[in-house]
Amino acid sequence: MNTAHDHPRDRIPGWGADLDRANRPAVPMERRPPRLEGVHWDEPPRQRSNVEILKSTEHLRMPPVFGTSVPPRGLSGWIRRRAFRHSENDLRHWLMLLFADRVDTVEGLVSDTRHSPRVRSVVALAGTIAIAGLLLRRSAS
Amino acid sequence: MLATTYRRPYRVSARHVPDPAIEHPLDAIVKVLRSCICGSDLHLYHGLVPDTRVGSIFGHEFVGEVVEVGSDVRNLKVGDRVIVPFNIFCGTCYFCQRELYSNCHNVNPEATAVGGIYGYSHTTGGYDGGQAEYVRVPFADIGPTPIPADMHIEDAVLLTDVVPTGYQAAEMGDIRENDTVVVFGAGPVGIMAARSAWLMGAGRVIVVDHVDYRLDFVRRYAHCETVDFRSVGDMAIHIKKLTDGLGADVCIDAVGCEAAGSAMQRMTGVTMKLQAGAATVLHWAINSVRKGGNVSIVGVYGPTFNAVPIGNALNKGLTLRMNQASVKRHLPRLIEHIREGRLDPRGIITHRVPLEEVSDAYEMFSGKKDQCIKTVLIPPGATDAASTTTTIPEDNAA
Repeated sequence: MNTAHDHPRDRIPGWGADLDRANRPAVPMERRPPRLEGVHWDEPPRQRSNVEILKSTEHLRMPPVFGTSVPPRGLSGWIRRRAFRHSENDLRHWLMLLFADRVDTVEGLVSDTRHSPRVRSVVALAGTIAIAGLLLRRSAS
Repeated sequence: MLATTYRRPYRVSARHVPDPAIEHPLDAIVKVLRSCICGSDLHLYHGLVPDTRVGSIFGHEFVGEVVEVGSDVRNLKVGDRVIVPFNIFCGTCYFCQRELYSNCHNVNPEATAVGGIYGYSHTTGGYDGGQAEYVRVPFADIGPTPIPADMHIEDAVLLTDVVPTGYQAAEMGDIRENDTVVVFGAGPVGIMAARSAWLMGAGRVIVVDHVDYRLDFVRRYAHCETVDFRSVGDMAIHIKKLTDGLGADVCIDAVGCEAAGSAMQRMTGVTMKLQAGAATVLHWAINSVRKGGNVSIVGVYGPTFNAVPIGNALNKGLTLRMNQASVKRHLPRLIEHIREGRLDPRGIITHRVPLEEVSDAYEMFSGKKDQCIKTVLIPPGATDAASTTTTIPEDNAA
């Protein structure tokens, strides 16, 4: 316990500035109406997109706004689509998504390898050597 | 544009990807001037967050300049410099109507249990993040807040998450005058929670961690006592010894699912993933707080389950409060605190790294190398986005 000579207020910048709970911006936790300026819509306009978005079964309707990065693809995408048949309340949903993430990293590695200039050079070089070897062997025989 | 893309666990890389576009009439495109790596980004980086897809762009802490606005945007214009809260929120749903912006129901199709967050997996909505040159910012009329003319850009970027989350952690602890507050975790959020506890009138603030340089830093920066848990036999007994046998009035979990301190928890929660991360700090917090006390949780956990001593919480009559910070509602007060010199957020920045070197930056932060506490990323072309500071002191730490 602090003594009168060693009170935090004497050594801490701003000590007690928000001691009064009225100064704390999230008190009460739920606060109506919200102190939010600039809202000029009742229902947000719906986002239009051709990107495949997976929706939680716990959403009764599609939220109007969403991210469109990295749509599901390949085997990992197939697993993700099946994961979204289960609710967030169902452990299978999350375990399947974690499994899909691991599959996705393997697919990513394969994709990176295919598109890597270094790997392409090595493959091209190996192919050239193989063809040259084959031609040399034929001409020798 | 250049962006931080996820490749696999423990691997991100700066790659060139297509620029973002306006996808909704209330969108804006923001050119990023500064972004940060957050402690919770490490959960993504370590592959612990479900539905983290290869190629996703990370980053939920960023400030920038508006370069394009959608057809319905009225309150922002091209050229405005803005603080972008890490929450994406609509402003009109049931939860936004109650200022629970982090729980917005209109921005995340993939899950109902969490709102929308930039660059934080498809579990939080599948939005690209701000560790990039440009970002799509939905609901641009209400999310972003203009950077005050007298505010340093590095203070501004820390207002997007770290400062509000630390502040809300203290606020959810419902701290009363002369309370003893124990903060678990001396990372950036724990440091800010400790500083915020003083603002709310705490009598003692004790920060628990095991990383020497972080304990040294928080002792100086947040003027608090520290406990190295490696030198403590049993955390609950130790805290009770420090508090006349009663326990702390408030315990704050600023660590989350990758806590050290228990081999069993690490094994089941992190290595084997039998629970949604290591619940070590939840155990410590519930068992170290006094009867009738408050436990505040801002450390991030996965969506499945954790083994926690809920019976002890019941029998001790605890109040457990937790949430992602609703950044927007905190900003006016926190800007005031910075202007008055009560908070000095940029004092925690230890590294400023070009975006091109983000892979090394993640490795450094994840490995707690080079005394790293907080890393700011500087996108190409934003190097000269200097501070507009005129009044903020360099360092008000003791």
